[in-house]
Amino acid sequence: MRKRKLEEAIFKALMIVSTVLVGLSLFLIIGTIVVKGLPFLDWDMISKIPDGGYYFGRSGGMLNAIIGSIYIAGGATLLGMFISLPVSIYLNVYLKKANHFARFAKLSFDVLFGIPSIVYGAFAFSLMVYLGVRASLLGGVIAVTLLVIPIMVRTLDEVIVHVPKELKEATLSLGATRWEMAKIYFRQIRAGVLTAVLLAFGRGVGDVAAVMFTAGFSDNIPVSLHEPAATLPLAIFFQLGSPIPEVQGRAYASALILTIVILIIVVFSTLLTNKRRKKS
Amino acid sequence: MTQTPHISVKDLNVHIGDNHLLKNININIPDKSVTSIIGPSGCGKTTLLKSFNRLLDDIPGVNISGSVLVDGENIYNAQAEVTHIRKKMGLLAQRPFPLPMSIYDNIAYGPRIHGTKSKKELNELVQHYLQAVGLWEEVKNRLNGSATALSIGQQQRLCLARGLAVEPEIILGDESTSALDPISTKTIEDLLIKLKENYTIVLVTHILRQARRVSDYIIFVYMGQIIEFGPTEEVLLNPKEELTKEYVKGFIS
Repeated sequence: MRKRKLEEAIFKALMIVSTVLVGLSLFLIIGTIVVKGLPFLDWDMISKIPDGGYYFGRSGGMLNAIIGSIYIAGGATLLGMFISLPVSIYLNVYLKKANHFARFAKLSFDVLFGIPSIVYGAFAFSLMVYLGVRASLLGGVIAVTLLVIPIMVRTLDEVIVHVPKELKEATLSLGATRWEMAKIYFRQIRAGVLTAVLLAFGRGVGDVAAVMFTAGFSDNIPVSLHEPAATLPLAIFFQLGSPIPEVQGRAYASALILTIVILIIVVFSTLLTNKRRKKS
Repeated sequence: MTQTPHISVKDLNVHIGDNHLLKNININIPDKSVTSIIGPSGCGKTTLLKSFNRLLDDIPGVNISGSVLVDGENIYNAQAEVTHIRKKMGLLAQRPFPLPMSIYDNIAYGPRIHGTKSKKELNELVQHYLQAVGLWEEVKNRLNGSATALSIGQQQRLCLARGLAVEPEIILGDESTSALDPISTKTIEDLLIKLKENYTIVLVTHILRQARRVSDYIIFVYMGQIIEFGPTEEVLLNPKEELTKEYVKGFIS
């Protein structure tokens, strides 16, 4: 009896320690960004593009990188969803469970999930060279799309697998076609789709390696898919490498902006799905 | 049987992988009455039921031979359209599964996919079928509320109404009351007895008392074979076969 209580106490303590550790590191990360970045954050930073010599401490802002990041991550998430959702519905709803192709495809996505983003960057880069595409917004979107597809497919897969099998019988026995059944599936997995979108966006917006060669870098806001685009993570990377304290401070301010962008996306999409859920 | 059969099964054999689940099934299910399929767990009751609306089609490794005639039409015929067959039969599953939408949309779903578009018609259908299962008074003020917020007994009646809304001729029940409390069970049983005036009802049940309460005919299935078929009182009180006798007395389960 005593031993069991002791066990309980030890594991409870371990759980508390882990929770505190995770909470503390999150707090430290955000704290560092805020403390080091906030003094350098001003309206110019989010409303202007860099003047010549911005990276040596002159005036200007990061609007080009903010817009570039949103374009690339947003575009890749959208494109990725158009590819991933049909893929995971096909693998789980249309194909039978023991299908060899379905198993092989899932295994492949697991492997792709684990591949570092620089490999996607290099792959997309060689693809671009072959197709004659310059480093551009388009190239960045393609590279990040490749990167987020396995994340989305595997996340959606987890959600779809847990849809009760009664849904299939319930809709089919009403005389629904498989496509009509798939639409009901989509309603059931809506919350999971949101998770997939957020994971993919978060990964896409924060990735450096995939966009380094493919998107290029520019001080201007891209107005076409064929123009090079700057991204926040890459801008942070450049600024942190500078010996000028002013520029280093701006790197932290850029990180703060990146965090706020992600926060806005998370809050916005959560509100959106909650609203739609209430309707149904 | 004096009545004309509604479902007529001829030499039906079902294999899943190496398992021979149903062996040479020949049965005529009478029109406009309740027929219960009873038998021990794993004997093939549910498989037999699901063979009636081709829900077995999607199981990996399934192999079906023989024929099931509904209104004289073989549903396993290559030309038969599977959505049309399923529309003819409402399925009431073991656990209620409301679709992830409002109460109203749950009922309207079937009519909508089969082509009813008019808002007025849909309103009437929803009210009519909710009244048919005695749920209208309980939910009329929250038709746009989520169906999953209903109690499990209400959910099962909602599922019955949803099935009836596609205007089937046959109702298939797969242990439809096994997840319900005694009061909800009684409500469903009373509904089924009422509904047999217009529908042919086939139930799978492992509760003998329930079979006795609601059914006119009983099929006793054992190890994938039909052992006995006849009017309820005859099968339960005066079984002809030794196996049926043992099952009814509770020796085999």
